[in-house]
Amino acid sequence: MADTAARARRGALALGLLLALVLAVALLSVGMGAIRIPPGRVLDVLVRGAADPLLARDALVVLNIRLPRTLLGLLVGAGLAVSGALMQGLFRNPLADPALVGVSAGAGLAAACVIVLGDRLVAHLGLPGPLPYAVLPAGAFLGGLSATLVLYGLATRAGRTSVATMLLAGIALGALSGALTGLLVYASDDRQLRDLTFWSLGSLGGATWTKVAATTPLILPVLLAVPVLGRGLNALVLGEAEAFHLGVRVERLKRACILLVAVAVGAGVAAAGVIGFVGLVVPHALRLVIGPEHRLLLPAAALLGGAFLVLADVAARIVAAPAELPIGIVTAMVGAPVFLWLLLGRARLADA
Amino acid sequence: MTDRPALPWSRRSLLSAAVAGVLAPRPALSATPAARIASLGGAVTEILYRLGAGPRIAAVDTTSLYPAEAMREKPNVGYLRALSAEGLLSVGPDLVIAADGAGPADVLALVREAGVRVETVKEPPTPGGVLDKIAAVGRLAGLEREAEALSAEVKAHFADLAAQRARIARPARALVVLSLQGGRTMVGGRNTTADGILGLAGISNAAEGLDGFKPITDEAIVAAAPDTVVMMQNGPEPPKPEAVFAPDTALGRTPAAARRSLVAMDGLYLLGFGPRTPEAAGDLMRAVYPDLPRG
Repeated sequence: MADTAARARRGALALGLLLALVLAVALLSVGMGAIRIPPGRVLDVLVRGAADPLLARDALVVLNIRLPRTLLGLLVGAGLAVSGALMQGLFRNPLADPALVGVSAGAGLAAACVIVLGDRLVAHLGLPGPLPYAVLPAGAFLGGLSATLVLYGLATRAGRTSVATMLLAGIALGALSGALTGLLVYASDDRQLRDLTFWSLGSLGGATWTKVAATTPLILPVLLAVPVLGRGLNALVLGEAEAFHLGVRVERLKRACILLVAVAVGAGVAAAGVIGFVGLVVPHALRLVIGPEHRLLLPAAALLGGAFLVLADVAARIVAAPAELPIGIVTAMVGAPVFLWLLLGRARLADA
Repeated sequence: MTDRPALPWSRRSLLSAAVAGVLAPRPALSATPAARIASLGGAVTEILYRLGAGPRIAAVDTTSLYPAEAMREKPNVGYLRALSAEGLLSVGPDLVIAADGAGPADVLALVREAGVRVETVKEPPTPGGVLDKIAAVGRLAGLEREAEALSAEVKAHFADLAAQRARIARPARALVVLSLQGGRTMVGGRNTTADGILGLAGISNAAEGLDGFKPITDEAIVAAAPDTVVMMQNGPEPPKPEAVFAPDTALGRTPAAARRSLVAMDGLYLLGFGPRTPEAAGDLMRAVYPDLPRG
């Protein structure tokens, strides 16, 4: 009994610390950027809004560029990290990440289609003007979602979804969409090729309130479902049959996880391009520090994922200012060594 | 993290009202020429310098390689297709002149929302395209008269070039090789700046069967049988004929290899389609047709 209480206290402490980290990182992200705005003025803008005409320019930067960017980063980072944790729990495989359910491959293929074929299609149909730029994120989202649905259909026989089939079919489908994307790359011109490359490295650069508003309802469900899914995933660690006997409705759990992850990751990829490493590394790093208990791991992953992505974005903005780095480069460059360090430290502990 | 969104949403309407109020008069002021120009695109920067607007350039992009002082003296806002809204705004421009294809589009939209005028200029790889570009940049920078003078000069150079081109009896075939990375040869086919400059220099494109910049197979290189290979020189050292025409490669089995005919030119000079294009085409023409009588 005392042990459970202690564990609960430790869990609350961990979540509290992570929440503080999120707030600190968010403040940093709103306060720093290529345009130097003193902290006092940033505060002024946040408290008094843009009503004061003297603040108008700073208000625009803080409220219309940095704030949506920060929120989008928190949202996408949280969505990716929770999705990663869910996939690792569901597949009982430490290498699982959101890409396994085909979202990234499908979204990537759809994005390549839009980038390479979009303008040609518009010209062919005789429609006026360039392609509206909402087409790319919308296409990526739908592509990711349909890839997952196809995969789910392939792996489901008589109402039962085989996780192993899904994993292997996911690899096959990934290779196929990789090949089709390659075909589009071949057909692309110089500019489209560069667009594709930058898109595949991810960026929070074009964050707007519209993007935040469009992304929130798609990523929030997976975050809100976290308290419900934890217990089932804990039972699933023992095996599917065992979990079933513990009273977990395994098929429903799988379906819920896969759908929630597909929607959330699809929205994340649509809003910010492909951002690797967050879904894989954040849950692992947390498991090493706070243990594998899903009821704690999932909310912690949401917090750390958001903080990590926003911090990476701050670095991406500042390192090369006034230019900026694609965020995928930063997440991998920062994430990989930290993860290795955690892993090796842990191995030494275990060996001793 | 869920406790933060509440703040700004309520102020969104206030914000747009304030921004509209403060920034709306800006476009009306565009009659006075912009004092701080963000120049995005190699040819755009080159034209601005030629028009004498160099001191008014507030920032350039990574493709603005000429004149050399542009890169040395001006802040660099990154690659013109991967711009950052805050980065661009941080150099305080009142006008952004960008080559066609600058973006991402939503970043440019944010910059426009901040009251900065953003204009793009088209880049077709033709003499008419160059002249239009000069006129457009001149108009945007408020330097119409200078632009007219530059345009007349460039037009005269194009006319000289056409006269020289008319003396070519038998057009040579050339392959424009963009890169030889990892054994793959990337060449410029139809509808590229490479095809455009070859046409201006009176040379026929040996890769006319390809569309765009594409990797080409070894067999297709041999079949294309170029008399000359044109390459970019991006470092201090030009590519060496011995390496390009190594005996065991496909390029080594072309007429160009037999004649050791390799032309290396600066990438932006050759393919930039700015005011130096007639000279670049002329240089290329003289390199490929050394015996051509000069006019």
